[in-house]
Amino acid sequence: MNFRRIWATARRILSQLRHDPRTIALMILAPCLLMTILKYVYQNQPQVFQHVAADLLGIFPMLVMFLITSVGTLRERTSGTLERLLILPITKFEFILGYAKAFGIAALIQAVVVSSIALGPLGLKIAGSQLMLIVVAIIDALLGMAIGIFVSSFAKTEFQAVQFLPAILFPQLLLSGLLVPRGSMPGILRIISDYLPLTYAVDATQKVVAGHGSLTRDFLVLALFLFALLAAGAVTLKRKTK
Amino acid sequence: MGLLGPSGSGKTTILRSIVGVQAIQAGTITVLGKPAGSKDLRKRIGYFTQDASIYTDLTCLENLRYFAQILGESEISVQEVLELVDLTKNRKQLASSLSGGERARLALATALLGKPELLILDEPTVGLDPVLRRDLWNLFHRLADQGKTLLISSHVMDEADRCDTLFLLREGRVLASGTPHDLKAQAHTHEMESVFISLVEKK
Repeated sequence: MNFRRIWATARRILSQLRHDPRTIALMILAPCLLMTILKYVYQNQPQVFQHVAADLLGIFPMLVMFLITSVGTLRERTSGTLERLLILPITKFEFILGYAKAFGIAALIQAVVVSSIALGPLGLKIAGSQLMLIVVAIIDALLGMAIGIFVSSFAKTEFQAVQFLPAILFPQLLLSGLLVPRGSMPGILRIISDYLPLTYAVDATQKVVAGHGSLTRDFLVLALFLFALLAAGAVTLKRKTK
Repeated sequence: MGLLGPSGSGKTTILRSIVGVQAIQAGTITVLGKPAGSKDLRKRIGYFTQDASIYTDLTCLENLRYFAQILGESEISVQEVLELVDLTKNRKQLASSLSGGERARLALATALLGKPELLILDEPTVGLDPVLRRDLWNLFHRLADQGKTLLISSHVMDEADRCDTLFLLREGRVLASGTPHDLKAQAHTHEMESVFISLVEKK
Protein backbone atom coordinates (compact mmCIF):
# COMPACT_ATOMS: atom_id res chain seq x y z
CA MET A 1 0.00 0.00 0.00
CA ASN A 2 1.45 3.31 -1.06
CA PHE A 3 -0.20 6.47 0.26
CA ARG A 4 1.45 8.71 -2.32
CA ARG A 5 -0.32 6.87 -5.13
CA ILE A 6 -3.65 6.82 -3.28
CA TRP A 7 -3.41 10.56 -2.68
CA ALA A 8 -2.35 11.24 -6.25
CA THR A 9 -5.38 9.33 -7.51
CA ALA A 10 -7.74 11.15 -5.13
CA ARG A 11 -6.26 14.50 -6.13
CA ARG A 12 -6.62 13.64 -9.79
CA ILE A 13 -10.31 12.75 -9.37
CA LEU A 14 -10.97 15.93 -7.40
CA SER A 15 -9.21 17.97 -10.12
CA GLN A 16 -11.49 16.34 -12.68
CA LEU A 17 -14.48 17.40 -10.58
CA ARG A 18 -13.06 20.89 -10.20
CA HIS A 19 -12.98 21.29 -13.97
CA ASP A 20 -16.65 20.36 -14.03
CA PRO A 21 -18.37 23.07 -11.97
CA ARG A 22 -21.79 22.10 -13.24
CA THR A 23 -21.50 18.65 -11.69
CA ILE A 24 -20.36 20.17 -8.39
CA ALA A 25 -23.29 22.58 -8.45
CA LEU A 26 -25.72 19.74 -9.14
CA MET A 27 -24.19 17.59 -6.40
CA ILE A 28 -24.65 20.31 -3.81
CA LEU A 29 -27.68 22.26 -4.99
CA ALA A 30 -29.97 19.44 -6.12
CA PRO A 31 -30.28 17.86 -2.64
CA CYS A 32 -30.80 21.31 -1.10
CA LEU A 33 -33.55 22.03 -3.58
CA LEU A 34 -35.20 18.66 -2.94
CA MET A 35 -35.09 19.25 0.82
CA THR A 36 -36.73 22.63 0.37
CA ILE A 37 -39.46 21.21 -1.84
CA LEU A 38 -40.02 18.44 0.69
CA LYS A 39 -40.40 21.00 3.44
CA TYR A 40 -43.22 22.78 1.62
CA VAL A 41 -44.86 19.63 0.28
CA TYR A 42 -45.37 18.55 3.90
CA GLN A 43 -46.21 22.03 5.15
CA ASN A 44 -49.39 20.73 6.76
CA GLN A 45 -47.76 17.56 8.10
CA PRO A 46 -44.51 18.81 9.66
CA GLN A 47 -44.00 15.53 11.53
CA VAL A 48 -43.76 13.69 8.18
CA PHE A 49 -41.09 16.13 7.01
CA GLN A 50 -39.15 15.47 10.23
CA HIS A 51 -39.31 11.77 9.54
CA VAL A 52 -38.49 11.74 5.82
CA ALA A 53 -35.97 14.57 5.58
CA ALA A 54 -33.47 13.07 8.00
CA ASP A 55 -33.57 9.72 6.23
CA LEU A 56 -32.99 11.44 2.93
CA LEU A 57 -29.90 13.20 4.29
CA GLY A 58 -28.19 9.82 4.22
CA ILE A 59 -29.72 8.68 0.94
CA PHE A 60 -28.79 11.68 -1.24
CA PRO A 61 -25.01 11.25 -0.97
CA MET A 62 -25.41 7.55 -1.66
CA LEU A 63 -27.43 8.08 -4.85
CA VAL A 64 -25.18 10.85 -6.12
CA MET A 65 -21.92 9.02 -5.43
CA PHE A 66 -23.32 5.84 -6.95
CA LEU A 67 -24.14 7.65 -10.19
CA ILE A 68 -20.89 9.57 -10.39
CA THR A 69 -18.63 6.62 -9.68
CA SER A 70 -20.45 4.12 -11.86
CA VAL A 71 -20.27 6.48 -14.84
CA GLY A 72 -16.78 7.66 -13.88
CA THR A 73 -15.19 4.23 -13.59
CA LEU A 74 -17.02 3.07 -16.69
CA ARG A 75 -15.42 5.98 -18.51
CA GLU A 76 -12.01 4.92 -17.18
CA ARG A 77 -12.64 1.40 -18.39
CA THR A 78 -13.80 2.38 -21.87
CA SER A 79 -11.43 5.29 -22.55
CA GLY A 80 -8.38 3.15 -21.88
CA THR A 81 -7.09 5.25 -18.98
CA LEU A 82 -7.67 2.40 -16.55
CA GLU A 83 -5.70 -0.03 -18.69
CA ARG A 84 -3.03 2.62 -19.08
CA LEU A 85 -2.84 3.06 -15.30
CA LEU A 86 -2.78 -0.59 -14.38
CA ILE A 87 0.40 -1.21 -16.37
CA LEU A 88 2.06 1.36 -14.10
CA PRO A 89 3.12 0.61 -10.54
CA ILE A 90 -0.29 1.24 -8.94
CA THR A 91 -2.27 -1.60 -7.39
CA LYS A 92 -5.99 -2.05 -7.98
CA PHE A 93 -6.70 -1.49 -4.32
CA GLU A 94 -4.71 1.76 -4.28
CA PHE A 95 -6.76 2.86 -7.27
CA ILE A 96 -10.04 2.05 -5.49
CA LEU A 97 -8.89 3.72 -2.28
CA GLY A 98 -8.02 6.81 -4.31
CA TYR A 99 -11.63 6.86 -5.47
CA ALA A 100 -12.86 6.31 -1.91
CA LYS A 101 -10.77 9.18 -0.62
CA ALA A 102 -11.85 11.63 -3.34
CA PHE A 103 -15.54 10.83 -3.03
CA GLY A 104 -15.31 10.70 0.75
CA ILE A 105 -14.17 14.32 0.64
CA ALA A 106 -16.88 15.25 -1.89
CA ALA A 107 -19.49 13.51 0.30
CA LEU A 108 -18.25 15.38 3.37
CA ILE A 109 -18.78 18.73 1.67
CA GLN A 110 -22.19 17.70 0.36
CA ALA A 111 -23.32 16.32 3.73
CA VAL A 112 -22.19 19.41 5.62
CA VAL A 113 -23.96 21.82 3.25
CA VAL A 114 -27.19 19.83 2.94
CA SER A 115 -27.50 19.01 6.63
CA SER A 116 -26.75 22.63 7.59
CA ILE A 117 -29.61 23.80 5.41
CA ALA A 118 -31.97 21.08 6.63
CA LEU A 119 -31.13 21.57 10.30
CA GLY A 120 -30.95 25.35 9.98
CA PRO A 121 -33.46 27.27 7.86
CA LEU A 122 -35.67 24.26 7.11
CA GLY A 123 -36.11 23.52 10.79
CA LEU A 124 -35.30 19.82 10.85
CA LYS A 125 -34.86 18.60 14.42
CA ILE A 126 -32.86 15.56 15.38
CA ALA A 127 -32.37 14.20 18.87
CA GLY A 128 -28.89 12.81 18.17
CA SER A 129 -25.75 14.70 17.20
CA GLN A 130 -25.40 16.53 13.90
CA LEU A 131 -21.82 15.30 13.64
CA MET A 132 -23.04 11.70 13.79
CA LEU A 133 -25.53 12.43 11.04
CA ILE A 134 -22.70 13.67 8.83
CA VAL A 135 -20.61 10.58 9.66
CA VAL A 136 -23.52 8.35 8.64
CA ALA A 137 -23.98 10.37 5.43
CA ILE A 138 -20.30 9.85 4.54
CA ILE A 139 -20.50 6.12 5.17
CA ASP A 140 -23.62 6.02 2.99
CA ALA A 141 -21.79 7.93 0.28
CA LEU A 142 -18.85 5.52 0.38
CA LEU A 143 -21.26 2.62 0.19
CA GLY A 144 -22.91 4.17 -2.88
CA MET A 145 -19.46 4.67 -4.39
CA ALA A 146 -18.40 1.07 -3.73
CA ILE A 147 -21.60 -0.29 -5.28
CA GLY A 148 -21.08 2.08 -8.20
CA ILE A 149 -17.54 0.86 -8.95
CA PHE A 150 -18.63 -2.74 -8.62
CA VAL A 151 -21.68 -2.56 -10.88
CA SER A 152 -19.91 -0.46 -13.51
CA SER A 153 -18.06 -3.60 -14.54
CA PHE A 154 -21.39 -5.10 -15.59
CA ALA A 155 -22.22 -2.13 -17.80
CA LYS A 156 -20.92 -1.65 -21.31
CA THR A 157 -22.35 1.80 -21.87
CA GLU A 158 -23.22 4.81 -19.74
CA PHE A 159 -26.88 4.19 -20.54
CA GLN A 160 -26.64 0.81 -18.85
CA ALA A 161 -24.65 2.15 -15.91
CA VAL A 162 -27.31 4.74 -15.12
CA GLN A 163 -30.04 2.08 -15.27
CA PHE A 164 -28.41 0.26 -12.38
CA LEU A 165 -29.76 2.99 -10.11
CA PRO A 166 -33.37 1.78 -10.39
CA ALA A 167 -32.23 -1.83 -10.73
CA ILE A 168 -29.86 -2.06 -7.75
CA LEU A 169 -30.53 0.82 -5.38
CA PHE A 170 -34.29 1.34 -5.61
CA PRO A 171 -35.25 -2.17 -4.46
CA GLN A 172 -32.93 -1.67 -1.49
CA LEU A 173 -34.53 1.68 -0.77
CA LEU A 174 -38.02 0.12 -0.80
CA LEU A 175 -36.93 -2.63 1.57
CA SER A 176 -34.72 -0.52 3.84
CA GLY A 177 -37.47 0.63 6.17
CA LEU A 178 -37.43 4.12 4.72
CA LEU A 179 -41.04 3.99 3.52
CA VAL A 180 -42.54 1.32 5.74
CA PRO A 181 -41.08 0.18 9.06
CA ARG A 182 -39.42 -3.17 8.49
CA GLY A 183 -41.44 -4.68 11.29
CA SER A 184 -44.63 -4.35 9.28
CA MET A 185 -43.24 -5.95 6.11
CA PRO A 186 -44.11 -9.52 5.09
CA GLY A 187 -41.64 -11.97 6.65
CA ILE A 188 -39.83 -12.89 3.47
CA LEU A 189 -39.17 -9.26 2.53
CA ARG A 190 -37.90 -8.53 6.02
CA ILE A 191 -35.48 -11.45 5.79
CA ILE A 192 -34.20 -10.20 2.43
CA SER A 193 -33.77 -6.73 3.84
CA ASP A 194 -31.59 -8.18 6.60
CA TYR A 195 -28.98 -8.89 3.94
CA LEU A 196 -29.02 -5.52 2.19
CA PRO A 197 -26.54 -2.79 3.14
CA LEU A 198 -29.01 0.06 2.75
CA THR A 199 -31.14 -1.35 5.56
CA TYR A 200 -28.31 -0.67 8.01
CA ALA A 201 -27.64 2.76 6.55
CA VAL A 202 -31.26 3.79 7.07
CA ASP A 203 -31.32 2.14 10.50
CA ALA A 204 -28.25 4.14 11.56
CA THR A 205 -29.83 7.39 10.34
CA GLN A 206 -33.06 6.68 12.19
CA LYS A 207 -31.17 5.99 15.40
CA VAL A 208 -29.29 9.28 15.11
CA VAL A 209 -32.59 11.06 14.52
CA ALA A 210 -34.20 9.36 17.51
CA GLY A 211 -31.14 10.03 19.61
CA HIS A 212 -31.02 6.56 21.13
CA GLY A 213 -29.98 3.05 20.14
CA SER A 214 -26.48 1.73 19.63
CA LEU A 215 -24.87 2.39 16.26
CA THR A 216 -22.14 -0.23 16.75
CA ARG A 217 -23.88 -3.05 14.92
CA ASP A 218 -24.95 -0.80 12.00
CA PHE A 219 -21.45 0.58 11.60
CA LEU A 220 -19.90 -2.87 11.81
CA VAL A 221 -22.21 -4.31 9.17
CA LEU A 222 -21.76 -1.27 6.94
CA ALA A 223 -17.97 -1.45 7.28
CA LEU A 224 -18.11 -5.11 6.31
CA PHE A 225 -20.26 -4.40 3.25
CA LEU A 226 -18.02 -1.50 2.33
CA PHE A 227 -14.87 -3.57 2.52
CA ALA A 228 -16.41 -6.50 0.64
CA LEU A 229 -17.75 -4.23 -2.12
CA LEU A 230 -14.47 -2.34 -2.46
CA ALA A 231 -12.61 -5.65 -2.71
CA ALA A 232 -15.14 -6.94 -5.25
CA GLY A 233 -14.71 -3.66 -7.15
CA ALA A 234 -10.94 -4.14 -7.17
CA VAL A 235 -11.37 -7.66 -8.55
CA THR A 236 -13.47 -6.32 -11.43
CA LEU A 237 -10.62 -4.07 -12.55
CA LYS A 238 -8.95 -6.22 -15.13
CA ARG A 239 -5.33 -5.84 -16.16
CA LYS A 240 -5.76 -8.14 -19.12
CA THR A 241 -8.62 -8.00 -21.57
CA LYS A 242 -9.40 -9.73 -24.82
CA MET B 1 11.90 -1.67 -34.62
CA GLY B 2 8.92 -1.11 -36.80
CA LEU B 3 5.76 -3.15 -37.01
CA LEU B 4 4.15 -2.47 -40.35
CA GLY B 5 0.93 -3.71 -41.78
CA PRO B 6 -2.54 -2.67 -42.87
CA SER B 7 -5.21 -2.11 -40.26
CA GLY B 8 -6.50 -5.42 -38.94
CA SER B 9 -3.15 -7.14 -39.44
CA GLY B 10 -2.62 -7.66 -35.72
CA LYS B 11 -0.21 -4.85 -34.84
CA THR B 12 -2.13 -3.62 -31.81
CA THR B 13 -2.74 -7.16 -30.57
CA ILE B 14 0.98 -7.93 -30.69
CA LEU B 15 1.89 -4.70 -28.92
CA ARG B 16 -0.79 -5.24 -26.27
CA SER B 17 0.49 -8.76 -25.70
CA ILE B 18 4.01 -7.46 -25.15
CA VAL B 19 2.75 -4.80 -22.73
CA GLY B 20 0.81 -7.55 -20.98
CA VAL B 21 -2.73 -6.22 -21.26
CA GLN B 22 -3.91 -8.72 -23.86
CA ALA B 23 -5.23 -12.04 -22.64
CA ILE B 24 -3.34 -14.45 -24.88
CA GLN B 25 -4.60 -17.90 -25.79
CA ALA B 26 -1.36 -19.79 -26.19
CA GLY B 27 2.39 -19.32 -25.98
CA THR B 28 4.61 -17.21 -23.76
CA ILE B 29 6.10 -13.77 -24.19
CA THR B 30 9.30 -12.70 -22.48
CA VAL B 31 10.01 -8.99 -22.20
CA LEU B 32 13.36 -7.72 -20.86
CA GLY B 33 13.92 -11.18 -19.40
CA LYS B 34 10.56 -11.34 -17.58
CA PRO B 35 7.19 -12.75 -18.57
CA ALA B 36 5.05 -10.08 -20.25
CA GLY B 37 2.90 -8.17 -17.80
CA SER B 38 4.97 -9.01 -14.73
CA LYS B 39 5.19 -6.53 -11.91
CA ASP B 40 8.89 -5.76 -12.32
CA LEU B 41 8.27 -4.48 -15.83
CA ARG B 42 5.81 -1.76 -14.87
CA LYS B 43 8.40 0.97 -14.52
CA ARG B 44 10.48 -0.21 -17.44
CA ILE B 45 7.94 -0.04 -20.26
CA GLY B 46 6.37 3.07 -21.72
CA TYR B 47 3.15 2.45 -23.64
CA PHE B 48 1.40 4.72 -26.08
CA THR B 49 -2.05 3.60 -27.18
CA GLN B 50 -3.82 4.56 -30.36
CA ASP B 51 -6.79 6.10 -28.61
CA ALA B 52 -4.57 8.47 -26.61
CA SER B 53 -5.62 7.28 -23.17
CA ILE B 54 -5.42 10.49 -21.21
CA TYR B 55 -7.90 12.28 -18.97
CA THR B 56 -9.62 14.74 -21.28
CA ASP B 57 -11.11 16.64 -18.33
CA LEU B 58 -7.67 17.49 -16.95
CA THR B 59 -5.04 19.91 -18.23
CA CYS B 60 -1.82 18.64 -19.83
CA LEU B 61 0.09 19.44 -16.68
CA GLU B 62 -2.43 17.69 -14.41
CA ASN B 63 -2.37 14.60 -16.61
CA LEU B 64 1.41 14.39 -16.57
CA ARG B 65 1.67 15.18 -12.86
CA TYR B 66 -0.71 12.35 -12.04
CA PHE B 67 1.17 9.77 -14.08
CA ALA B 68 4.47 11.10 -12.71
CA GLN B 69 3.24 10.71 -9.13
CA ILE B 70 2.15 7.15 -9.82
CA LEU B 71 5.63 6.43 -11.19
CA GLY B 72 7.32 8.30 -8.35
CA GLU B 73 8.83 10.82 -10.76
CA SER B 74 9.67 14.42 -9.95
CA GLU B 75 8.18 17.68 -11.25
CA ILE B 76 11.35 18.17 -13.31
CA SER B 77 10.63 15.09 -15.39
CA VAL B 78 7.14 16.47 -16.08
CA GLN B 79 8.68 19.64 -17.50
CA GLU B 80 11.19 17.57 -19.46
CA VAL B 81 8.63 15.44 -21.27
CA LEU B 82 6.43 18.49 -21.91
CA GLU B 83 9.37 20.04 -23.69
CA LEU B 84 10.22 16.85 -25.58
CA VAL B 85 6.78 16.74 -27.18
CA ASP B 86 6.61 20.51 -27.55
CA LEU B 87 3.54 21.07 -25.39
CA THR B 88 5.03 23.51 -22.87
CA LYS B 89 2.90 26.37 -24.15
CA ASN B 90 -0.27 24.22 -23.93
CA ARG B 91 0.47 22.92 -20.45
CA LYS B 92 -2.47 24.67 -18.78
CA GLN B 93 -4.92 23.74 -21.53
CA LEU B 94 -7.60 21.11 -20.93
CA ALA B 95 -6.83 17.95 -22.87
CA SER B 96 -10.35 17.98 -24.33
CA SER B 97 -9.58 21.27 -26.08
CA LEU B 98 -6.36 19.98 -27.66
CA SER B 99 -6.22 19.01 -31.31
CA GLY B 100 -5.90 15.34 -32.22
CA GLY B 101 -2.19 15.71 -32.81
CA GLU B 102 -1.62 17.54 -29.54
CA ARG B 103 -3.56 14.88 -27.69
CA ALA B 104 -1.39 12.19 -29.22
CA ARG B 105 1.71 14.09 -28.14
CA LEU B 106 0.38 14.39 -24.60
CA ALA B 107 -0.21 10.65 -24.50
CA LEU B 108 3.30 10.16 -25.86
CA ALA B 109 4.64 12.39 -23.09
CA THR B 110 3.00 10.18 -20.46
CA ALA B 111 4.68 7.17 -22.07
CA LEU B 112 8.06 8.90 -21.87
CA LEU B 113 7.76 9.63 -18.14
CA GLY B 114 10.14 7.67 -15.98
CA LYS B 115 12.61 7.09 -18.83
CA PRO B 116 11.47 3.55 -19.67
CA GLU B 117 13.96 1.22 -21.37
CA LEU B 118 11.34 -0.11 -23.74
CA LEU B 119 8.88 2.16 -25.50
CA ILE B 120 5.91 0.56 -27.17
CA LEU B 121 4.23 3.05 -29.44
CA ASP B 122 1.07 2.10 -31.28
CA GLU B 123 0.80 4.33 -34.36
CA PRO B 124 2.23 7.41 -32.65
CA THR B 125 2.40 9.56 -35.77
CA VAL B 126 -1.08 9.04 -37.24
CA GLY B 127 -2.66 12.29 -38.33
CA LEU B 128 0.27 14.50 -37.38
CA ASP B 129 1.51 17.23 -39.64
CA PRO B 130 4.67 16.32 -41.58
CA VAL B 131 6.95 18.71 -39.69
CA LEU B 132 5.86 17.32 -36.37
CA ARG B 133 6.14 13.79 -37.66
CA ARG B 134 9.73 14.45 -38.64
CA ASP B 135 10.45 15.98 -35.22
CA LEU B 136 8.98 12.96 -33.47
CA TRP B 137 11.01 10.55 -35.56
CA ASN B 138 14.11 12.56 -34.69
CA LEU B 139 13.14 12.20 -31.04
CA PHE B 140 12.67 8.45 -31.49
CA HIS B 141 16.13 8.17 -33.03
CA ARG B 142 17.66 10.19 -30.20
CA LEU B 143 16.05 7.85 -27.70
CA ALA B 144 17.27 4.82 -29.63
CA ASP B 145 20.79 6.29 -29.65
CA GLN B 146 20.55 6.55 -25.84
CA GLY B 147 20.18 2.79 -25.81
CA LYS B 148 16.41 2.53 -25.53
CA THR B 149 14.39 0.05 -27.51
CA LEU B 150 11.44 1.44 -29.44
CA LEU B 151 8.79 -0.75 -30.94
CA ILE B 152 6.64 1.36 -33.22
CA SER B 153 3.67 0.32 -35.29
CA SER B 154 2.44 2.08 -38.37
CA HIS B 155 0.29 1.42 -41.40
CA VAL B 156 2.05 4.12 -43.39
CA MET B 157 4.60 2.34 -45.52
CA ASP B 158 6.86 5.35 -46.00
CA GLU B 159 7.58 5.38 -42.27
CA ALA B 160 9.29 2.03 -42.66
CA ASP B 161 12.49 3.62 -43.88
CA ARG B 162 12.96 5.33 -40.55
CA CYS B 163 13.20 2.04 -38.65
CA ASP B 164 16.32 -0.07 -38.12
CA THR B 165 14.48 -3.38 -38.20
CA LEU B 166 11.11 -4.06 -39.77
CA PHE B 167 8.41 -6.63 -39.37
CA LEU B 168 5.82 -6.70 -42.13
CA LEU B 169 2.47 -8.01 -40.94
CA ARG B 170 -0.68 -9.18 -42.68
CA GLU B 171 -3.67 -11.05 -41.26
CA GLY B 172 -1.88 -11.86 -38.02
CA ARG B 173 1.26 -13.31 -39.61
CA VAL B 174 4.73 -11.92 -40.15
CA LEU B 175 5.29 -11.74 -43.92
CA ALA B 176 8.93 -10.78 -43.67
CA SER B 177 11.45 -9.14 -41.38
CA GLY B 178 14.80 -7.43 -41.81
CA THR B 179 16.29 -4.01 -42.40
CA PRO B 180 14.39 -1.78 -44.83
CA HIS B 181 17.41 -1.94 -47.13
CA ASP B 182 17.52 -5.75 -47.25
CA LEU B 183 13.79 -6.11 -47.71
CA LYS B 184 13.86 -3.77 -50.68
CA ALA B 185 16.89 -5.49 -52.17
CA GLN B 186 15.17 -8.87 -51.92
CA ALA B 187 12.10 -7.55 -53.73
CA HIS B 188 14.19 -5.59 -56.28
CA THR B 189 12.42 -2.34 -55.59
CA HIS B 190 12.97 1.03 -53.99
CA GLU B 191 9.58 1.35 -52.35
CA MET B 192 8.32 -0.35 -49.25
CA GLU B 193 4.80 -0.40 -50.69
CA SER B 194 6.04 -2.61 -53.57
CA VAL B 195 7.89 -4.86 -51.13
CA PHE B 196 4.65 -5.46 -49.35
CA ILE B 197 2.68 -6.11 -52.52
CA SER B 198 5.24 -8.51 -53.92
CA LEU B 199 5.31 -10.43 -50.65
CA VAL B 200 1.53 -10.76 -50.63
CA GLU B 201 1.37 -11.82 -54.25
CA LYS B 202 4.10 -14.41 -53.80
CA LYS B 203 1.93 -16.25 -51.27
